[in-house]
Amino acid sequence: MSILDAKIPEGTLEQKWTKFRSSVPLVNPANKRNLEVIVVGSGLAGASAAASLAELGYKVKVFCFQDSPRRAHSIAAQGGINAAKNYQNDGDSVYRLFYDTIKGGDYRSREANVYRLAEVSSGIIDQCVAQGVPFAREYGGMLSNRSFGGTQVQRTFYAAGQTGQQLLLGAYSSLERQIGMGAVKMYARHEMLETVTIDGKCRGIIARDLTTGKLERHFGHAVLLCTGGYGNVFYLSTNAMGSNVTAAWKAHKKGAHFANPCFTQIHPTCIPVSGDHQSKLTLMSESLRNDGRIWVPLKAGDTRKPIDIPEEERDYYLERRYPAFGNLVPRDVASRAAKERCDAGFGVGTSKMAVYLDFAFNMDRYGKIEASKKGLENPGAQTIRELGKGVVKEKYGNLFDMYQQITGENPYETPMRIYPAVHYTMGGLWVDYNLMTTVPGLYALGEANFSDHGANRLGASALMQGLADGYFVIPYTIGSYLSKEISTKSIDTNHEAFSEAEKAVQEKLNKFLAIKGTKSVDYFHKKLGKIIWNECGMSRTEAGLKKSIEDVRALQKEFWSDVIVPGTTDEFNPELEKAGRVADFLELGELMCIDALDRNESCGGHFREEFQTEDGEALRDDEKYAYVAAWEFKGQNEFELHKEELKYDNIKIAQRSYK
Amino acid sequence: MSGNMNLTLKVWRQKNNNAEGKLVNYQVKDISPDMSFLEMMDVLNEQLIVKGDEPIAFDHDCREGICGMCSLYINGRPHGPKDRVTTCQLHMRSFEDGQTITIEPWRAAPFPIVKDLAVNRSAFDRIIASGGYVSVNTGNAQDANSLPIGKEDADLSFAAAACIGCGACVAACKNASAMLFVSAKVSQLALLPQGQPERYLRVHNMVAKMDEEGFGNCTNTGACEAECPKGISLSNIARMNRDYFVAGIASDN
Repeated sequence: MSILDAKIPEGTLEQKWTKFRSSVPLVNPANKRNLEVIVVGSGLAGASAAASLAELGYKVKVFCFQDSPRRAHSIAAQGGINAAKNYQNDGDSVYRLFYDTIKGGDYRSREANVYRLAEVSSGIIDQCVAQGVPFAREYGGMLSNRSFGGTQVQRTFYAAGQTGQQLLLGAYSSLERQIGMGAVKMYARHEMLETVTIDGKCRGIIARDLTTGKLERHFGHAVLLCTGGYGNVFYLSTNAMGSNVTAAWKAHKKGAHFANPCFTQIHPTCIPVSGDHQSKLTLMSESLRNDGRIWVPLKAGDTRKPIDIPEEERDYYLERRYPAFGNLVPRDVASRAAKERCDAGFGVGTSKMAVYLDFAFNMDRYGKIEASKKGLENPGAQTIRELGKGVVKEKYGNLFDMYQQITGENPYETPMRIYPAVHYTMGGLWVDYNLMTTVPGLYALGEANFSDHGANRLGASALMQGLADGYFVIPYTIGSYLSKEISTKSIDTNHEAFSEAEKAVQEKLNKFLAIKGTKSVDYFHKKLGKIIWNECGMSRTEAGLKKSIEDVRALQKEFWSDVIVPGTTDEFNPELEKAGRVADFLELGELMCIDALDRNESCGGHFREEFQTEDGEALRDDEKYAYVAAWEFKGQNEFELHKEELKYDNIKIAQRSYK
Repeated sequence: MSGNMNLTLKVWRQKNNNAEGKLVNYQVKDISPDMSFLEMMDVLNEQLIVKGDEPIAFDHDCREGICGMCSLYINGRPHGPKDRVTTCQLHMRSFEDGQTITIEPWRAAPFPIVKDLAVNRSAFDRIIASGGYVSVNTGNAQDANSLPIGKEDADLSFAAAACIGCGACVAACKNASAMLFVSAKVSQLALLPQGQPERYLRVHNMVAKMDEEGFGNCTNTGACEAECPKGISLSNIARMNRDYFVAGIASDN
């Protein structure tokens, strides 16, 4: 075991980033033209990084597995993006955003990174507005804000329930502009399958052209992985079908440490599972908790329709347990509370694994305001409800439509049924303050890294981090590496390191096809998902984790002897793509359980049943576990733990309370 | 949970863009009405894979109606029988037990077939690259609230920006016109103050690129608007035409 150095700059918290930016070595424009940067992934982090680096003059190549960079899964983010603008005059500040994020992360994130994130948050909103991102506005023309979990101010900017879409299309348009100008070369329908290391530095990638199946070699002075999270290890999640860990995992096997893999976020408000056929889960934005109240019947096993259950026979359990934050407690807290009620027999719906998210109260509240605006005297209950529905429709219309489309129920008339589902992964490749992994020249940005959200991410902070990393962090921090590379000429891809890497990739692809077993890739993926969800999901135990490690190892063996992958390697073959991704998830799943077993405490999304307070809250152990667990790959099924000590110089570490 | 619907599927199979394609019949059984259309396709593919046959290739990713990657032409309509819904959000309760469902790819010359039901829509990216942006480098922006934008304009701009770039408008159009797609981006930026400096250059360049990519002309049938899963309005085309006309006058001077 070794202790990792995060290379945090000297100085007070407020000065670190400013001083760093003013003292980081620069690369002059003539040299930038000769430096090549590879960006893998075209979501918020990848698109913003690629556009910004190309604007600076670097030669950039971008890779994505989708048919267009505009389809990266950032596009599906619904609720919003945080920024410490204090436009609402409600007491917000950079420090408060920093504090909320550290506390929300249950004191397992790095102070210096989080402070920098809060500092640059404001510039992100300015940048996006300048690009023409149509954020929601008030009648006076000013930007509108709403509240998200874990905060007591309104700092979330949004575009209906499609904020991720609008932000991504903004970044995508900047990226396309650079493509049009020839500064970026785009490789859509390409998947990165290996990193190439020469003399200890990352110098390129092997990518597969998914249309032709041909393997390609690409050189870069630096490689940026902006490849998102690994939530699909659970099979069922709110991620896109193609979201995967492959790029990050290949990097891990080539020397990049993987940090806090067991820190996964289970989002409290998703549409419940309806059957075994289900291929993915759909989120209902956290913003709905601004106006929806969560409840279950007071009586276990109550089978009445929700609208027939009178007010006094309902348990608004979040408001009861957490009066200060109520329905806006952080996600990990809300998810566990829903699980607790359902496990105790109070769940609703046919599966009994759901709780109600009810808008009736706030529809009536809004209806009354509208009636008074219109000067209606003594409006009837029906009129009030109709007016209120209009307000809710304007705020969340697309989400309500989506809910109705999936469940066949009308959420304007009856409460939504919701249950927690896998949504986001706080863990990821370990990076230092520069966003560089433990492999020189290899960077990780956005959800693919681990750095900013600790053990639990607050709502509306993922979009903030992705864009912060891409627009405002990497353009500076990459200079400290590339300034030393100005005399490195482009390396010919006939170099033996490239041919060896390509050969290994081709052999692996051939191997998938050669097994000719009896079970489809999805069979293994579903089985893996069930193991991880049951034992390394919302609550974990030592015995369960030990067993799941054995189960995952057995499943790895079965996969490599009995999977069937049709077709050939030299054609468009989606099953072959899936096989590669699931093979990597099978290895990651094992590491997640190992990490969860190592961490003998509960914090954020990591809840070990053995470690809880009397009233069922997560019980941290700051003496022993105030560290980032960074795992090094040592060979098949072997991982070595390294640590980064977390020091809190500015925040007094305390038990998290939202009561 | 398995259901009780039995269906006959006629699916377009084509090895690649150079090969001949044809419709092939398949049967699926015990389909639940709560399944999404693509989950029904997953069931069929699972059957094919374990039999050692080649599964059907189709594009999909988010499966929540926002990424724009899914693209099936179902019983003669892009994204199937329901209005304002993408294929991935279409559920089997919208079909009848015993029904025959014909599934084809988008058919338009600028969208060549990759395999089976998957097509290449990169022409859309090239149109955006020709002008679908505001030319602002990172770091140049003024404070976001120093530019007040009336709610009505902001809302109209947002409605145009909701386009997911799926290409249903092109597939629905007998001319394979991309006018709805292009006008949505042109309108989004034309309605905002940020978009003004490049307003006429943008429309000029994007229309030129659209023509160069081989998309057809608009003959105002309105099929694009009717089939758009996001309800992008035809009025965007009118706005684009006006701007294009102005751009023409400006370039004559």
